[in-house]
Amino acid sequence: MASEPQGGLTEYISHHLKHLTPHSNPEGFWAVHIDSITVSLVLGVLFCLWFWMKARKATAGVPGRGQAFVEIVLEFVDGQVKDVFHGDRRVLGPLALTVFVWVFLMNAMDLLPVDLLPWITEKFGIGHFRAVPTADTSMTFAMSLTVLVLIIFYSFKAKGFSGYMNEMFTAPFGKHPLLWLPNFALNLVELLSKPVSLAMRLFGNMYAGELVFMLIAGLFSAGSWLLYGMGIVGYTVWGIFHILIISIQAFIFMVLTIVYISMAHEHH
Amino acid sequence: MLPNATLIGEMIAFAILIWFCVQFIWPHINKAIEERQLKIAEGLDAAERARAELRDADSKVAAEIKVARQQAAEIIDRAQQQANQILDKARADAIGEINRLKASAQDDIASMAQRAREELREKVGALAVQGAAKIVQREIDPAAHKALLDQLATEI
Repeated sequence: MASEPQGGLTEYISHHLKHLTPHSNPEGFWAVHIDSITVSLVLGVLFCLWFWMKARKATAGVPGRGQAFVEIVLEFVDGQVKDVFHGDRRVLGPLALTVFVWVFLMNAMDLLPVDLLPWITEKFGIGHFRAVPTADTSMTFAMSLTVLVLIIFYSFKAKGFSGYMNEMFTAPFGKHPLLWLPNFALNLVELLSKPVSLAMRLFGNMYAGELVFMLIAGLFSAGSWLLYGMGIVGYTVWGIFHILIISIQAFIFMVLTIVYISMAHEHH
Repeated sequence: MLPNATLIGEMIAFAILIWFCVQFIWPHINKAIEERQLKIAEGLDAAERARAELRDADSKVAAEIKVARQQAAEIIDRAQQQANQILDKARADAIGEINRLKASAQDDIASMAQRAREELREKVGALAVQGAAKIVQREIDPAAHKALLDQLATEI
Protein backbone atom coordinates (compact mmCIF):
# COMPACT_ATOMS: atom_id res chain seq x y z
CA MET A 1 0.00 0.00 0.00
CA ALA A 2 2.85 2.34 0.85
CA SER A 3 4.27 1.93 -2.61
CA GLU A 4 1.14 3.09 -4.34
CA PRO A 5 -0.93 5.18 -1.88
CA GLN A 6 -2.24 7.34 -4.67
CA GLY A 7 -3.49 4.37 -6.62
CA GLY A 8 -5.14 2.94 -3.51
CA LEU A 9 -6.88 6.18 -2.74
CA THR A 10 -7.94 6.71 -6.31
CA GLU A 11 -9.35 3.22 -6.45
CA TYR A 12 -11.06 3.73 -3.10
CA ILE A 13 -12.71 6.95 -4.25
CA SER A 14 -13.68 5.78 -7.70
CA HIS A 15 -15.15 2.67 -6.10
CA HIS A 16 -17.23 4.86 -3.82
CA LEU A 17 -18.39 7.10 -6.62
CA LYS A 18 -19.99 4.22 -8.52
CA HIS A 19 -23.74 4.06 -8.28
CA LEU A 20 -25.65 0.87 -7.73
CA THR A 21 -27.15 -0.07 -11.09
CA PRO A 22 -29.06 -3.11 -12.29
CA HIS A 23 -26.83 -5.96 -13.37
CA SER A 24 -28.73 -6.27 -16.63
CA ASN A 25 -28.21 -2.61 -17.54
CA PRO A 26 -24.95 -1.33 -16.02
CA GLU A 27 -24.69 1.44 -18.63
CA GLY A 28 -26.96 3.68 -20.64
CA PHE A 29 -30.47 5.05 -20.20
CA TRP A 30 -31.78 2.15 -18.13
CA ALA A 31 -28.84 2.17 -15.72
CA VAL A 32 -31.11 3.26 -12.90
CA HIS A 33 -29.38 4.45 -9.76
CA ILE A 34 -31.04 2.04 -7.37
CA ASP A 35 -29.18 3.41 -4.36
CA SER A 36 -30.34 7.03 -4.90
CA ILE A 37 -33.89 5.92 -5.54
CA THR A 38 -33.98 3.64 -2.51
CA VAL A 39 -32.49 6.13 -0.05
CA SER A 40 -34.59 9.04 -1.32
CA LEU A 41 -37.79 7.00 -1.22
CA VAL A 42 -37.09 5.65 2.26
CA LEU A 43 -36.34 9.15 3.53
CA GLY A 44 -39.38 10.58 1.75
CA VAL A 45 -41.65 7.95 3.25
CA LEU A 46 -40.07 8.50 6.66
CA PHE A 47 -40.67 12.25 6.39
CA CYS A 48 -44.29 11.75 5.33
CA LEU A 49 -45.00 9.21 8.05
CA TRP A 50 -43.33 11.30 10.71
CA PHE A 51 -45.15 14.54 9.88
CA TRP A 52 -48.40 12.72 9.14
CA MET A 53 -48.37 11.06 12.55
CA LYS A 54 -47.60 14.33 14.31
CA ALA A 55 -50.27 16.11 12.27
CA ARG A 56 -52.86 13.44 13.03
CA LYS A 57 -52.23 13.65 16.76
CA ALA A 58 -51.87 17.44 16.73
CA THR A 59 -53.60 19.16 19.59
CA ALA A 60 -54.65 22.76 19.99
CA GLY A 61 -53.46 22.56 23.58
CA VAL A 62 -49.92 22.36 24.85
CA PRO A 63 -48.00 20.37 22.18
CA GLY A 64 -45.77 17.44 22.98
CA ARG A 65 -42.09 17.66 22.18
CA GLY A 66 -42.50 15.99 18.80
CA GLN A 67 -45.41 18.18 17.80
CA ALA A 68 -43.59 21.29 18.95
CA PHE A 69 -40.60 20.36 16.80
CA VAL A 70 -42.76 19.75 13.74
CA GLU A 71 -44.58 23.02 14.41
CA ILE A 72 -41.30 24.91 14.62
CA VAL A 73 -40.15 23.49 11.28
CA LEU A 74 -43.53 24.18 9.72
CA GLU A 75 -43.67 27.72 11.04
CA PHE A 76 -40.15 28.41 9.85
CA VAL A 77 -40.94 27.23 6.32
CA ASP A 78 -44.28 29.02 6.27
CA GLY A 79 -42.57 32.21 7.40
CA GLN A 80 -40.12 31.97 4.52
CA VAL A 81 -42.94 31.42 2.04
CA LYS A 82 -44.94 34.29 3.53
CA ASP A 83 -41.99 36.65 3.18
CA VAL A 84 -41.54 35.98 -0.52
CA PHE A 85 -44.91 34.98 -1.85
CA HIS A 86 -48.05 37.02 -1.27
CA GLY A 87 -50.90 34.82 -2.29
CA ASP A 88 -52.55 31.50 -1.65
CA ARG A 89 -49.99 29.42 0.22
CA ARG A 90 -51.96 26.17 0.22
CA VAL A 91 -49.78 24.59 -2.46
CA LEU A 92 -46.53 26.51 -2.15
CA GLY A 93 -46.30 26.05 1.64
CA PRO A 94 -46.43 22.25 1.61
CA LEU A 95 -44.19 22.20 -1.46
CA ALA A 96 -41.57 24.26 0.33
CA LEU A 97 -41.87 22.09 3.43
CA THR A 98 -41.40 18.93 1.40
CA VAL A 99 -38.43 20.35 -0.46
CA PHE A 100 -36.79 21.58 2.72
CA VAL A 101 -37.21 18.49 4.88
CA TRP A 102 -36.61 15.99 2.12
CA VAL A 103 -33.48 17.70 0.83
CA PHE A 104 -32.25 18.11 4.38
CA LEU A 105 -32.73 14.42 5.16
CA MET A 106 -31.05 13.35 1.93
CA ASN A 107 -28.16 15.73 2.59
CA ALA A 108 -27.90 14.40 6.12
CA MET A 109 -26.99 11.00 4.69
CA ASP A 110 -23.66 12.68 3.98
CA LEU A 111 -22.97 12.69 7.71
CA LEU A 112 -23.13 8.91 7.94
CA PRO A 113 -19.69 7.30 7.65
CA VAL A 114 -19.04 6.92 3.91
CA ASP A 115 -18.19 3.28 4.34
CA LEU A 116 -21.08 2.34 6.65
CA LEU A 117 -23.90 1.76 4.18
CA PRO A 118 -21.63 0.19 1.52
CA TRP A 119 -20.26 -2.12 4.23
CA ILE A 120 -23.80 -3.17 5.20
CA THR A 121 -24.92 -3.66 1.60
CA GLU A 122 -21.76 -5.62 0.86
CA LYS A 123 -23.00 -8.24 3.29
CA PHE A 124 -25.98 -8.68 0.97
CA GLY A 125 -23.71 -8.95 -2.03
CA ILE A 126 -24.18 -5.40 -3.28
CA GLY A 127 -20.85 -3.84 -4.11
CA HIS A 128 -21.60 -0.21 -4.84
CA PHE A 129 -23.87 1.91 -2.73
CA ARG A 130 -23.92 5.70 -2.56
CA ALA A 131 -25.85 6.93 0.43
CA VAL A 132 -26.37 10.57 -0.58
CA PRO A 133 -29.08 10.95 -3.23
CA THR A 134 -28.46 14.69 -3.52
CA ALA A 135 -24.89 14.01 -4.63
CA ASP A 136 -26.43 12.41 -7.70
CA THR A 137 -27.32 14.68 -10.63
CA SER A 138 -30.27 12.45 -11.45
CA MET A 139 -31.84 13.25 -8.09
CA THR A 140 -31.14 16.98 -8.07
CA PHE A 141 -32.25 17.41 -11.67
CA ALA A 142 -35.36 15.38 -10.97
CA MET A 143 -36.32 17.86 -8.30
CA SER A 144 -35.31 21.00 -10.17
CA LEU A 145 -37.10 19.89 -13.39
CA THR A 146 -40.23 19.30 -11.31
CA VAL A 147 -39.82 22.84 -10.07
CA LEU A 148 -39.46 23.97 -13.71
CA VAL A 149 -42.74 22.25 -14.58
CA LEU A 150 -44.36 24.04 -11.64
CA ILE A 151 -42.87 27.37 -12.78
CA ILE A 152 -44.34 26.93 -16.26
CA PHE A 153 -47.67 25.71 -14.84
CA TYR A 154 -48.02 28.68 -12.53
CA SER A 155 -46.93 31.11 -15.26
CA PHE A 156 -49.78 29.86 -17.41
CA LYS A 157 -52.15 29.82 -14.47
CA ALA A 158 -51.34 33.37 -13.35
CA LYS A 159 -51.10 35.04 -16.77
CA GLY A 160 -53.02 32.80 -19.12
CA PHE A 161 -51.58 31.35 -22.31
CA SER A 162 -51.65 34.60 -24.28
CA GLY A 163 -50.39 36.65 -21.36
CA TYR A 164 -47.45 34.33 -20.76
CA MET A 165 -46.59 34.12 -24.48
CA ASN A 166 -46.90 37.89 -24.76
CA GLU A 167 -44.43 38.24 -21.93
CA MET A 168 -42.07 35.65 -23.39
CA PHE A 169 -41.92 37.52 -26.72
CA THR A 170 -42.15 41.18 -25.75
CA ALA A 171 -40.20 41.44 -22.48
CA PRO A 172 -37.65 42.70 -21.68
CA PHE A 173 -36.66 44.59 -24.89
CA GLY A 174 -39.97 45.69 -26.36
CA LYS A 175 -42.90 44.93 -28.61
CA HIS A 176 -41.22 45.40 -31.98
CA PRO A 177 -41.59 42.22 -34.14
CA LEU A 178 -37.85 42.21 -34.84
CA LEU A 179 -37.26 41.91 -31.08
CA TRP A 180 -39.55 38.93 -30.61
CA LEU A 181 -36.85 36.36 -31.22
CA PRO A 182 -34.18 37.96 -28.98
CA ASN A 183 -36.77 38.39 -26.28
CA PHE A 184 -37.84 34.78 -26.51
CA ALA A 185 -34.26 33.52 -26.57
CA LEU A 186 -33.38 35.53 -23.49
CA ASN A 187 -36.48 34.41 -21.61
CA LEU A 188 -35.82 30.82 -22.55
CA VAL A 189 -32.28 31.03 -21.22
CA GLU A 190 -33.57 32.67 -18.06
CA LEU A 191 -36.19 29.98 -17.62
CA LEU A 192 -33.86 27.05 -18.27
CA SER A 193 -31.07 28.47 -16.14
CA LYS A 194 -33.29 28.14 -13.08
CA PRO A 195 -33.45 24.33 -12.88
CA VAL A 196 -29.82 24.04 -13.94
CA SER A 197 -28.61 26.35 -11.21
CA LEU A 198 -30.88 24.71 -8.62
CA ALA A 199 -29.73 21.20 -9.46
CA MET A 200 -26.05 21.96 -10.00
CA ARG A 201 -25.70 23.99 -6.80
CA LEU A 202 -27.11 21.23 -4.62
CA PHE A 203 -25.28 18.49 -6.49
CA GLY A 204 -22.00 20.37 -6.43
CA ASN A 205 -22.09 21.03 -2.72
CA MET A 206 -23.08 17.50 -1.78
CA TYR A 207 -20.72 15.83 -4.22
CA ALA A 208 -17.82 17.96 -3.04
CA GLY A 209 -18.71 17.25 0.58
CA GLU A 210 -18.84 13.55 -0.08
CA LEU A 211 -15.54 13.72 -1.92
CA VAL A 212 -13.85 15.54 0.97
CA PHE A 213 -15.15 12.87 3.34
CA MET A 214 -13.61 10.22 1.10
CA LEU A 215 -10.30 12.06 0.85
CA ILE A 216 -10.12 12.36 4.62
CA ALA A 217 -11.11 8.70 4.92
CA GLY A 218 -8.07 7.96 2.77
CA LEU A 219 -5.94 8.97 5.78
CA PHE A 220 -7.28 5.98 7.70
CA SER A 221 -5.55 3.57 5.37
CA ALA A 222 -2.34 5.62 5.08
CA GLY A 223 -0.59 3.25 7.44
CA SER A 224 0.42 5.49 10.37
CA TRP A 225 -1.31 6.06 13.70
CA LEU A 226 -0.60 9.80 13.48
CA LEU A 227 -2.39 10.04 10.14
CA TYR A 228 -5.13 7.82 11.55
CA GLY A 229 -5.67 10.28 14.43
CA MET A 230 -5.58 13.19 12.02
CA GLY A 231 -8.15 11.36 9.95
CA ILE A 232 -10.51 11.08 12.90
CA VAL A 233 -10.06 14.75 13.78
CA GLY A 234 -10.44 15.88 10.18
CA TYR A 235 -13.44 13.68 9.58
CA THR A 236 -15.14 15.01 12.71
CA VAL A 237 -14.38 18.65 11.97
CA TRP A 238 -15.57 18.34 8.37
CA GLY A 239 -18.68 16.53 9.64
CA ILE A 240 -19.49 19.34 12.08
CA PHE A 241 -18.93 21.90 9.34
CA HIS A 242 -21.07 19.81 7.04
CA ILE A 243 -24.07 20.11 9.37
CA LEU A 244 -24.07 23.77 8.41
CA ILE A 245 -23.68 23.00 4.70
CA ILE A 246 -26.50 20.47 4.51
CA SER A 247 -28.86 22.83 6.35
CA ILE A 248 -27.90 25.80 4.18
CA GLN A 249 -28.21 23.81 0.94
CA ALA A 250 -31.65 22.52 1.93
CA PHE A 251 -32.66 26.06 2.89
CA ILE A 252 -31.33 27.55 -0.36
CA PHE A 253 -33.09 24.94 -2.48
CA MET A 254 -36.36 25.68 -0.65
CA VAL A 255 -36.05 29.47 -0.83
CA LEU A 256 -35.12 29.45 -4.52
CA THR A 257 -38.04 27.16 -5.27
CA ILE A 258 -40.35 29.63 -3.53
CA VAL A 259 -38.74 32.59 -5.28
CA TYR A 260 -38.97 31.02 -8.75
CA ILE A 261 -42.59 30.01 -8.33
CA SER A 262 -43.61 33.37 -6.88
CA MET A 263 -41.76 35.03 -9.79
CA ALA A 264 -43.93 32.96 -12.13
CA HIS A 265 -46.95 34.66 -10.55
CA GLU A 266 -45.59 38.14 -11.13
CA HIS A 267 -46.00 40.21 -14.26
CA HIS A 268 -42.98 41.84 -15.79
CA MET B 1 -16.37 -8.55 5.04
CA LEU B 2 -15.04 -7.57 8.46
CA PRO B 3 -15.03 -3.85 9.20
CA ASN B 4 -11.66 -2.51 8.14
CA ALA B 5 -9.67 0.31 9.75
CA THR B 6 -11.23 2.89 7.45
CA LEU B 7 -14.74 2.05 8.53
CA ILE B 8 -13.73 1.96 12.21
CA GLY B 9 -12.10 5.40 11.91
CA GLU B 10 -15.19 6.78 10.24
CA MET B 11 -17.39 5.26 12.94
CA ILE B 12 -15.29 6.88 15.66
CA ALA B 13 -15.57 10.23 13.88
CA PHE B 14 -19.31 9.65 13.48
CA ALA B 15 -19.62 8.91 17.20
CA ILE B 16 -17.84 12.18 17.97
CA LEU B 17 -20.16 13.95 15.53
CA ILE B 18 -23.19 12.49 17.29
CA TRP B 19 -21.74 13.55 20.62
CA PHE B 20 -21.25 17.05 19.21
CA CYS B 21 -24.87 17.18 18.07
CA VAL B 22 -26.14 15.93 21.42
CA GLN B 23 -23.93 18.38 23.26
CA PHE B 24 -24.18 21.55 21.21
CA ILE B 25 -26.92 21.39 18.59
CA TRP B 26 -29.79 19.48 20.17
CA PRO B 27 -29.88 21.71 23.32
CA HIS B 28 -30.67 24.73 21.13
CA ILE B 29 -33.50 22.93 19.36
CA ASN B 30 -34.63 21.54 22.69
CA LYS B 31 -34.66 25.00 24.20
CA ALA B 32 -36.76 26.30 21.33
CA ILE B 33 -39.19 23.40 21.78
CA GLU B 34 -39.44 23.94 25.52
CA GLU B 35 -39.87 27.69 25.15
CA ARG B 36 -42.61 27.10 22.64
CA GLN B 37 -44.34 24.60 24.91
CA LEU B 38 -44.04 26.99 27.84
CA LYS B 39 -45.35 29.89 25.78
CA ILE B 40 -48.33 27.90 24.58
CA ALA B 41 -49.04 26.59 28.08
CA GLU B 42 -48.83 30.11 29.47
CA GLY B 43 -51.06 31.45 26.74
CA LEU B 44 -53.67 28.78 27.35
CA ASP B 45 -53.42 29.39 31.09
CA ALA B 46 -53.82 33.12 30.65
CA ALA B 47 -56.83 32.61 28.41
CA GLU B 48 -58.38 30.25 30.95
CA ARG B 49 -57.68 32.69 33.76
CA ALA B 50 -59.12 35.59 31.79
CA ARG B 51 -62.23 33.55 31.05
CA ALA B 52 -62.62 32.69 34.75
CA GLU B 53 -62.08 36.31 35.70
CA LEU B 54 -64.67 37.40 33.19
CA ARG B 55 -67.11 34.86 34.59
CA ASP B 56 -66.37 36.08 38.12
CA ALA B 57 -66.82 39.70 37.12
CA ASP B 58 -70.06 38.87 35.34
CA SER B 59 -71.51 37.13 38.36
CA LYS B 60 -70.27 39.93 40.61
CA VAL B 61 -71.91 42.52 38.39
CA ALA B 62 -75.13 40.53 38.35
CA ALA B 63 -75.09 40.26 42.15
CA GLU B 64 -74.39 43.94 42.51
CA ILE B 65 -77.17 44.86 40.12
CA LYS B 66 -79.49 42.66 42.16
CA VAL B 67 -78.43 44.38 45.40
CA ALA B 68 -78.79 47.80 43.83
CA ARG B 69 -82.23 46.93 42.55
CA GLN B 70 -83.22 45.73 46.01
CA GLN B 71 -81.88 48.89 47.58
CA ALA B 72 -83.71 51.01 45.05
CA ALA B 73 -86.92 49.14 45.78
CA GLU B 74 -86.38 49.63 49.50
CA ILE B 75 -85.73 53.34 49.03
CA ILE B 76 -88.85 53.69 46.91
CA ASP B 77 -90.81 51.76 49.54
CA ARG B 78 -89.52 53.93 52.33
CA ALA B 79 -90.17 57.08 50.33
CA GLN B 80 -93.72 55.98 49.70
CA GLN B 81 -94.18 55.19 53.36
CA GLN B 82 -92.77 58.56 54.29
CA ALA B 83 -94.98 60.27 51.76
CA ASN B 84 -97.98 58.46 53.17
CA GLN B 85 -96.94 59.39 56.67
CA ILE B 86 -96.49 63.02 55.70
CA LEU B 87 -99.81 62.96 53.92
CA ASP B 88 -101.50 61.34 56.92
CA LYS B 89 -99.90 63.81 59.29
CA ALA B 90 -100.89 66.73 57.08
CA ARG B 91 -104.40 65.41 56.89
CA ALA B 92 -104.53 64.93 60.66
CA ASP B 93 -103.05 68.39 61.21
CA ALA B 94 -105.51 69.91 58.81
CA ILE B 95 -108.41 68.14 60.49
CA GLY B 96 -107.14 69.23 63.90
CA GLU B 97 -106.74 72.80 62.70
CA ILE B 98 -110.16 72.74 61.18
CA ASN B 99 -111.61 71.40 64.39
CA ARG B 100 -109.73 73.96 66.42
CA LEU B 101 -110.82 76.77 64.15
CA LYS B 102 -114.36 75.47 64.21
CA ALA B 103 -114.30 75.25 68.02
CA SER B 104 -112.90 78.74 68.41
CA ALA B 105 -115.39 80.07 65.89
CA GLN B 106 -118.14 78.32 67.79
CA ASP B 107 -116.76 79.79 71.01
CA ASP B 108 -116.66 83.24 69.44
CA ILE B 109 -120.17 82.79 68.15
CA ALA B 110 -121.30 81.59 71.54
CA SER B 111 -119.62 84.44 73.41
CA MET B 112 -120.86 86.98 70.89
CA ALA B 113 -124.34 85.57 71.19
CA GLN B 114 -123.99 85.72 74.98
CA ARG B 115 -122.78 89.28 74.78
CA ALA B 116 -125.53 90.20 72.41
CA ARG B 117 -128.01 88.53 74.69
CA GLU B 118 -126.63 90.41 77.67
CA GLU B 119 -126.58 93.69 75.80
CA LEU B 120 -130.12 92.98 74.72
CA ARG B 121 -131.04 92.15 78.27
CA GLU B 122 -129.44 95.36 79.52
CA LYS B 123 -131.09 97.33 76.82
CA VAL B 124 -134.38 95.64 77.51
CA GLY B 125 -133.82 96.39 81.19
CA ALA B 126 -133.16 100.05 80.45
CA LEU B 127 -136.08 100.11 78.04
CA ALA B 128 -138.25 98.52 80.66
CA VAL B 129 -137.04 101.01 83.21
CA GLN B 130 -137.69 103.86 80.82
CA GLY B 131 -141.00 102.35 79.99
CA ALA B 132 -141.86 101.85 83.59
CA ALA B 133 -140.66 105.36 84.39
CA LYS B 134 -142.78 106.67 81.70
CA ILE B 135 -145.62 104.60 82.99
CA VAL B 136 -145.26 105.59 86.58
CA GLN B 137 -144.37 109.07 85.49
CA ARG B 138 -141.71 109.39 87.89
CA GLU B 139 -138.09 108.85 88.27
CA ILE B 140 -137.26 105.61 89.70
CA ASP B 141 -133.89 105.37 91.30
CA PRO B 142 -132.15 102.67 89.22
CA ALA B 143 -129.75 101.95 92.04
CA ALA B 144 -132.57 101.35 94.52
CA HIS B 145 -134.31 99.00 92.18
CA LYS B 146 -131.25 97.33 90.69
CA ALA B 147 -131.97 94.03 92.29
CA LEU B 148 -135.48 94.10 90.97
CA LEU B 149 -134.32 95.06 87.51
CA ASP B 150 -131.61 92.39 87.40
CA GLN B 151 -134.15 89.82 88.39
CA LEU B 152 -136.36 91.11 85.64
CA ALA B 153 -133.51 90.96 83.12
CA THR B 154 -132.71 87.34 83.92
CA GLU B 155 -136.26 86.40 83.58
CA ILE B 156 -136.52 87.76 80.09
